[in-house]
Amino acid sequence: MNRLSVATVVAPASLPPMAGETGSMNKLSVATAWLDGCSGCHMSFLDLDERLVDLVRYLDILYSPLVDAKHLPERVDVGILEGSVSNADDLRQAQAFRDRCRILISLGDCAVNGNVPSMRNPYPLAAVLDRAYRENVTLQPQVPRVGVPALLPRVRPLHEVVAVDVFVPGCPPPADAIFYVLSELIAGRTPDSTQVTRFGA
Amino acid sequence: MPPPPTPANVRVVTLTIDGQDLSARADETIIEVCRENQIPIPSLCYLDGLSIWGACRLCLVEIAGQGRLFAACATQVAEGMQVLTNTERLRRYRRTIVELLFAERSHICSVCVSNGHCELQHLAQTCGVDHVRVPYRQARYQMDSSHELFRLDHNRCILCTRCVRVCDEIEGAHTWDLMGRGSDCLVITDLAQPWGDSETCTGCGKCVQVCPTGALVKQGTSAGEMVKDQHFLPILARRRQAR
Repeated sequence: MNRLSVATVVAPASLPPMAGETGSMNKLSVATAWLDGCSGCHMSFLDLDERLVDLVRYLDILYSPLVDAKHLPERVDVGILEGSVSNADDLRQAQAFRDRCRILISLGDCAVNGNVPSMRNPYPLAAVLDRAYRENVTLQPQVPRVGVPALLPRVRPLHEVVAVDVFVPGCPPPADAIFYVLSELIAGRTPDSTQVTRFGA
Repeated sequence: MPPPPTPANVRVVTLTIDGQDLSARADETIIEVCRENQIPIPSLCYLDGLSIWGACRLCLVEIAGQGRLFAACATQVAEGMQVLTNTERLRRYRRTIVELLFAERSHICSVCVSNGHCELQHLAQTCGVDHVRVPYRQARYQMDSSHELFRLDHNRCILCTRCVRVCDEIEGAHTWDLMGRGSDCLVITDLAQPWGDSETCTGCGKCVQVCPTGALVKQGTSAGEMVKDQHFLPILARRRQAR
């Protein structure tokens, strides 16, 4: 948790409006991605609505499905990952986020505990693929192997493959919970998300 | 109906819980005194109106001068007892117990019919479980949907045995029992037959209402729709006592 003790920006959690702010202050850089999730956590992030306008005075979203950048920057203050680690590409992204982000947030139940994607875990991978691509298919049954990342034998929560600093459970975590967590990080504090969200939410 | 009169020969003792001076009847347990005085203490297998099981270990407390921990549900109060219910050690143990329950079977809250009305889910939040630090077992357990009114999902069962006890002690049917050991332990109906084939089940649904999770639910409920009502239990239990 040492990474959390050196926040670069200090702002009150309530984020009062500051007229005339030009964005010259040192903002927290943010990267987000979704792994094996439904994008619902990102939708919940968008549900911050007009509070997003307040937040961007303290945050620079450098890389995300919500912005246009194609490459994860070398250094980022806060990384936010939604979704479980289910295939080789999820694993690569999780490791890249851990390498480049000072604080890594595990956002939502899929990232925190595997959630719905992990419901395949009691079955062997071959049985799962057969079920999805052979048993229920009438035309040219085949398992896709070209251009898609290979599935991992087991779906895993993010913290089982990389170290995670902040956990925000919920399916999805409410927008208020996301706002609370980001506000606490902006203020240089360690958020306790159990105050504002829970498994299943 | 008024509660049965307090037996005249029961002594009153004084004790402290978390530094608070309290008096209680000598035949009361620590958890009963805590509940009467709004001292929060987590529990899963304990339920007012059922016999004491003492298995979930969530209500463990520290007692001054004693080396080991005591289950508050299974420990009677005594004169001069000094009880601590919320120390750092107890919080650590409770969090670990809840995490182990989540890791043992598949409690996927988001798609559970009891989402939002589940005692295990609520305990996870109040015990500070924002993630589970032990690996998930990911074992596969069966469901039993053979009963026309109710459904059993072993994946969400925490083996608190509330269903076993309420069926035996309140309904008097003893349809439920336990089978197997360790992680293979299951609640069963009759001699491990499908619930729908049970000759002893009266279909009263008391087991469903006392189940703390989404293991026993009504048929036809969707995610988050299963709200349980346990008000009947202390009333029926008191009537049985008075008889």
